Amino acid sequence: MKEEIFKINSNVLIAENTYEMELLGDTSEIVRPGQFVNIKLDGFFLRRPISVCDTEEGRMTLIYKAVGEGTELMTKLAPGTRLNILTGLGNGFDLSLSGDHPVLIGGGAGIPPMYSLCKALISVLSPENIKVVLGFNTEEEIFYLREFQDLGVDVRVATADGSYGTKGFVTDVLKDLDYTFFYTCGPMPMFRAIEAIAKTSGQYSFEERMGCGFGACMGCSMMMADGSYKRVCKEGPVFRREEILWK
Amino acid sequence: MEIVKGGMVCGPEGCVLKTEPDTSVDLLGIELDNPVIPASGTFGFGKEFKDLYDINILGTFSFKGTTLEPRFGNPTPRIAETPNGMINAVGLQNPGVIAVRDRELPEMKEFFHKPVMANVSGFAVDEYQKTVELLCGQDQIGWFEVNISCPNVHGGGMAFGTDPAMAQKVTEAVKKVADKPVIMKLSPNVTDITEIAKACEAGGADGLSLINTLLGMRIDLKTKKPVIANTMGGFSGSAILPVALRMVYQVYNTVNLPIIGMGGVSSAKDVIEMMLAGATAVGVGAANLTDPFASKKIIGFMATGRQNMCVFQALLDRSDSSERFTESSAVRATGSVSLRWAS
Repeated sequence: MKEEIFKINSNVLIAENTYEMELLGDTSEIVRPGQFVNIKLDGFFLRRPISVCDTEEGRMTLIYKAVGEGTELMTKLAPGTRLNILTGLGNGFDLSLSGDHPVLIGGGAGIPPMYSLCKALISVLSPENIKVVLGFNTEEEIFYLREFQDLGVDVRVATADGSYGTKGFVTDVLKDLDYTFFYTCGPMPMFRAIEAIAKTSGQYSFEERMGCGFGACMGCSMMMADGSYKRVCKEGPVFRREEILWK
Repeated sequence: MEIVKGGMVCGPEGCVLKTEPDTSVDLLGIELDNPVIPASGTFGFGKEFKDLYDINILGTFSFKGTTLEPRFGNPTPRIAETPNGMINAVGLQNPGVIAVRDRELPEMKEFFHKPVMANVSGFAVDEYQKTVELLCGQDQIGWFEVNISCPNVHGGGMAFGTDPAMAQKVTEAVKKVADKPVIMKLSPNVTDITEIAKACEAGGADGLSLINTLLGMRIDLKTKKPVIANTMGGFSGSAILPVALRMVYQVYNTVNLPIIGMGGVSSAKDVIEMMLAGATAVGVGAANLTDPFASKKIIGFMATGRQNMCVFQALLDRSDSSERFTESSAVRATGSVSLRWAS
């Protein structure tokens, strides 16, 4: 973990209620896809944890939805604004588990970390062996479809209202796919649906309300299948399917 | 010109030169390099912070509230935000006293080389006593901080801190077995905190910590349900500083025990304000969570801010004297020190 000052390079609406923020600063602490950052916002006591969508040297892309007062404020931040950010938080996905043809499943605001994971995987696997399933409520919410397609991977889309791609949920696509491992991030109902039909082992990236984001406050503890507890912010947010206790 | 404690060279107009700043305070027979103490529950067992900075710069820290049995704590969400603060309902998650003694303390020895404050909690008088007993004989522990004020557990915790008779009972039971000074941690969720303070003093407490969190809640407008799964939680953060200051001041003028003042402290100025209210040492809580370097920054600022140091030095000189403040003299002294602070 590192405390860094980042400068906003751009902050734009890319889909319904969905924003892409590009920040300039030291990204050296972000070493695995699936890690997150925790952003200090003026006027708010707690930081905002946001998963990292993409990094290049000195450049970080975040995609966030305006869902509350904090993220609403974020939408109004102008390029040039400096933000105090704790970077390199959480464990991230384990690429070594992928097998030779994994599937990446992202739902709504859970899609951004799938992008950096996808980029990392195509450096070790050929793109045509990677399947990506993206789930949205409706066509207006779709983002990063082109970006995933540009990576050369096999991208499928499901929308709940059928306005684009398969009508239904990510599991309506997933059920017909062949894969060696799955990686996923998204809402809890989607996790439960995946858990019910998944054919292989996989990794889930969880979300929880956090006090600190670096393991100090015990605000985001999760009881695991073996009776131990893990902190979503520190040992997580990514957990292996087998260690999760589904309640 | 005269040279006073800490290498400060002072004239009649206040400090004019600082040589080696001495920020040390005496807490129940142990000298702290500075009065800054990360508060229990915001610093774990030190592990999350030791990789960020050398935590030996701290006065000490109070480790995560420890109970006789391991506890997972409350369901999530455990955290809610407030203006200038937060609410938590962690519920004393901890690995239990045996694991703390046999695993956490030996691990801590590798990176923290000062006496640590052992924060303990319980659900019955004998549980408090047993937990403290199991931590006796540990050289690393400098003090026991006994939490009779946790708002997040049922059938215990705060119940002991809101009833003077119970507070006294817990104090007596712990004092019977403790091999280190006993500091009782008080709840602000009472009509008159001085009643509880007096009961602890009567029970033989060596010192007092105050305040723990204020009981609070938030409601999510979308779901129309409490944000926190446990409905209510402990409100902390800079918003509560005025309440904490008031209570430290009241208790200071009521009992003859050293006080660790805490509640909303997030800057060196806040630390000094707490000491002006009567605190011997000062806890830093929620600030560690929103800024992991908060305690380090506060200590750094106290060691370099010359004007702050003038005030601080005056406080230390006062604590050296055997004379206790009365309410009226406290106001007078506060006034005179404040003038120097402003100059």
